[in-house]
Amino acid sequence: MDSIDDIVKEFLIEGYENLDRLDHDLMALEEVPDDRNRLSSVFRAIHTIKGTSGFLGFNKLERVAHVGESLLVLLRDGKIRLNSIIATSLLGLVDAVRKIMASIEAGNGEGDADYSELVETLERLQVTGGIEPDMSTATSEAKRASQILDTIAEQVEMLTAASAPATESVTTSAKKPRKGRRKKAAANPIVDEGNVAVAELDASFAKVLNEIDIAPVEPAVAAARPVEASVTSSKPVEVRSEHVPANDGQKNESFEEDSKFGGSNDHEGSDKCQAQSVSDSSVRIDVALLDRLMNLVGELVLARNQILQCSRSTEDPSLLAASQRLNLITSELQEGVMKTRMQPIQNAWAKLPRIVRDLSMTCGKKIQLKMEGAETELDKTILEAIRDPLTHIVRNSVDHGIEAPAVRESRGKSAEGTLMLRAFHEGGQVNIEITDDGGGINLPRVKEKAISQGLITADQAAAMSDRELMNLILLPGFSTAAAVTNISGRGVGMDVVKTNVEKIGGTLDIQSVFGQGTTLRIKIPLTLAIVPALMVSCGNDRYAIPQNSLVELVRLESDRVQHEIEHIHGTPVYRLRGNLLPLLYLDEQLQLRPARTSADLKQDQAINIVVLNAENRQFGLVVDGINDTQEIVVKPLGTHLKKIEAYAGVTIMGDGAVALILDVLGIAKQAHVVSTSRDRSVAQAEITDGLAGDLKQTLLLLGMGTDQRMAIPLSVVARLEEIPIRSVEHADNQQVVQYGGQIMPLIRLGEMLPTEMAGSPTNQTLQVVVFTKEGRSIGLVVDQILDIVETALTVQQTGKRPGVVGSAVIQNRVTDLLDIHKLLSATDNDYFTPAMAV
Amino acid sequence: MSAVCQLCTFYLDDLYFGVDVQKIQEVIRYQVMTRVPLAPPVVRGLINLRGQIVTAIDMRRRLGMPALPEGKLPMNVVIRTDDGPVSLLVDEIGDVLEVREETYERPPETLHGAARELVLGAYKLSGQLLLTLDSDRAVSVNFDQHE
Repeated sequence: MDSIDDIVKEFLIEGYENLDRLDHDLMALEEVPDDRNRLSSVFRAIHTIKGTSGFLGFNKLERVAHVGESLLVLLRDGKIRLNSIIATSLLGLVDAVRKIMASIEAGNGEGDADYSELVETLERLQVTGGIEPDMSTATSEAKRASQILDTIAEQVEMLTAASAPATESVTTSAKKPRKGRRKKAAANPIVDEGNVAVAELDASFAKVLNEIDIAPVEPAVAAARPVEASVTSSKPVEVRSEHVPANDGQKNESFEEDSKFGGSNDHEGSDKCQAQSVSDSSVRIDVALLDRLMNLVGELVLARNQILQCSRSTEDPSLLAASQRLNLITSELQEGVMKTRMQPIQNAWAKLPRIVRDLSMTCGKKIQLKMEGAETELDKTILEAIRDPLTHIVRNSVDHGIEAPAVRESRGKSAEGTLMLRAFHEGGQVNIEITDDGGGINLPRVKEKAISQGLITADQAAAMSDRELMNLILLPGFSTAAAVTNISGRGVGMDVVKTNVEKIGGTLDIQSVFGQGTTLRIKIPLTLAIVPALMVSCGNDRYAIPQNSLVELVRLESDRVQHEIEHIHGTPVYRLRGNLLPLLYLDEQLQLRPARTSADLKQDQAINIVVLNAENRQFGLVVDGINDTQEIVVKPLGTHLKKIEAYAGVTIMGDGAVALILDVLGIAKQAHVVSTSRDRSVAQAEITDGLAGDLKQTLLLLGMGTDQRMAIPLSVVARLEEIPIRSVEHADNQQVVQYGGQIMPLIRLGEMLPTEMAGSPTNQTLQVVVFTKEGRSIGLVVDQILDIVETALTVQQTGKRPGVVGSAVIQNRVTDLLDIHKLLSATDNDYFTPAMAV
Repeated sequence: MSAVCQLCTFYLDDLYFGVDVQKIQEVIRYQVMTRVPLAPPVVRGLINLRGQIVTAIDMRRRLGMPALPEGKLPMNVVIRTDDGPVSLLVDEIGDVLEVREETYERPPETLHGAARELVLGAYKLSGQLLLTLDSDRAVSVNFDQHE
């Protein structure tokens, strides 16, 4: 039983492979119908499927494949020429075969779907050569043809009186002109019998044919000639039954004309099978076997490492030489085995042309699909994982992105839309871009829709940047499509795409210009099996942190730990360039020790902070030691431990020890870094602004007096102005100027913070730093505006004067840091309410 | 069940256990383990078994027995499960025994604690009882026990 199953399995694997190629080949043939090599290849693929399925007793599959094969024989021998109608039917055949095979694979036998319609179509095409307006692709033409048929029927009816048998044969001949023509020779001896009707019929046909102005029907003129002759046939009914085995007799379907490629009969199918060399030179291998090989190679690497270690302590030159060789060979072997898992992205793209073709036909759009970088390789598991997301994105682009031809033209674009797929390696990652030149994303509509669907509130929407708005389309349940089509627009999709991409450690980014198109960029790691990771230690244990979430490493010496790690109600934070970085202690997160108290911290030695990024929120993971970075082979955790969010997997280190791989997102979630992020970002703004710590920020440098320097965070400054001294007026015992239609009070910094020497008020203009809050402005008059610098601040001395936070060395000069908030509120209590951050 | 079956035997404290030989992948001496913080306590750690990661279950903890005395290292009985190999940490390895079905009896109703769910029955050997361990249950780790 096993051997049979194996054969079936092999048949299925081979079959799927063939089918994928068929899709591709058939579409290529649509472009170049006379490519004999390709036709032969298509023929062979179907032939193989037919042969094997017959052998294995899959009768339905055999039957379907058989009719396809018969049609392909005619195509291959040049008896008929491939056109889009034939291609559509053949693609339908491929689908049917795929469906049956899927059913076999699922263990349901061949399934109970009915393919007789497909079989009929294919059989009919063998006769007609596909020169018929097809209902599905050219409804309007079919309708027109149907009308013409009606006319013909009328004409024929008129003739009935003249010759009853002739009438019957007209109908038949119209259906089967090709056969009719063959009949011509046979009918010659009895031509006279029906000659009464010929002249009249000819005239009627000419009349009818004048009405036929649509392209596919033009050859009817030629076709009409054999009809004349076959009118005289005495046995029309036989002709019908012979060649239309299961015709449902619909008028539009029976309207067929002779092949305009009738001449191609003369072509010989001379070029016989040329084997495709690629498939001959490759071997199919079970992925499980590859995985095993991979494991073994990993083991070999470990054994090699041990031998290398031993060989260092030996003097034996032959052992040294041998171990060196072992070293080299192992490395090459490792590389080679890794490569076997790599596949070109083409494999995931192969189905897309077909999808685009079918979809664009259904939507009535013209779309050109371009592919670039199809040879870019990535790991098979990743390839499988992005297949569906890619398909979904392409569907979206075709359905929603690219506009209908008329719309495109009205917008000044070419009627044919372009969908571009690009893949390339960059920085150890694979980038995949899907670009369309369609309508782009209508942000106001996205906003409107998101609000109406209750995904965000109007207030939130108002505060969102374009980029954030763009990302709304990735939210579950979101859809801007005005109408839900059967292709997409049901609001499930982009969120699933995002989830799938993130599952494999990738990122999804959307860029769109309204009216010009959309680009989706997917960044995914080359392989999931091997990732670069930072090894850290915690106690005696080692842990691996995948580098894709790593931002930076910070080391704090013990003297800095005590005052730079601050606590908000027991929660440790660190100021990293002005932003509060929540700190998590790895050993605490892993429950290896109870949470630290502030007393514990005092004894702390220097600490290492690994700054990590989880869902765009940064947090610091405090570890005992930072070892090195290395490429690690990711192995899944056993089912017992999968539930633990903190781990992403395990790996085996160079020395054979097992190390757990930390799941950064999992840890962040466990510690609520991610869920509470929104509130925190607000709090963060309040805490950091106006304060000076060890933060890197942009500062406005001011000069006061002779050589005193002061600094203000640039972020609180609205404008810098030069105001002529004569425009200064007085109101309410205060210096004011008219500024932007308002009265702006002026404060002299020199008066607030007396400097060693009063500035020179003899200047004709005042240098004013303008602060604005809620439509009200206040001007700070300073002596000089020196520079704008971005610098990391180390406050060296706490300010003693009110209004000064402290001093720092900026540009090698001691500079006072001003507390603008205090300065201004001291002047004007109404101006800045205490809770308000400047 | 055939009349005769082979059991791989091992000791846990004073209890003598047996698992069907068919389920045993191998028996190895103590291996260095990597502990897994946050895991249920019965999970002692992870072992690198020739490139395969194997979870080690502390059978003493699983059965609610006191820990092995200091300095004494457990042995690994690696059993095959549907989710790959899992190692049972036991005190000592015994022989592979052939036992006859007629000596088998279900455990008494008075058996309580973790042993009740893990002991399938007992073969009455001369001088002692050989308990058959439900290895599938033994390796299923209940996360609810944790914390």
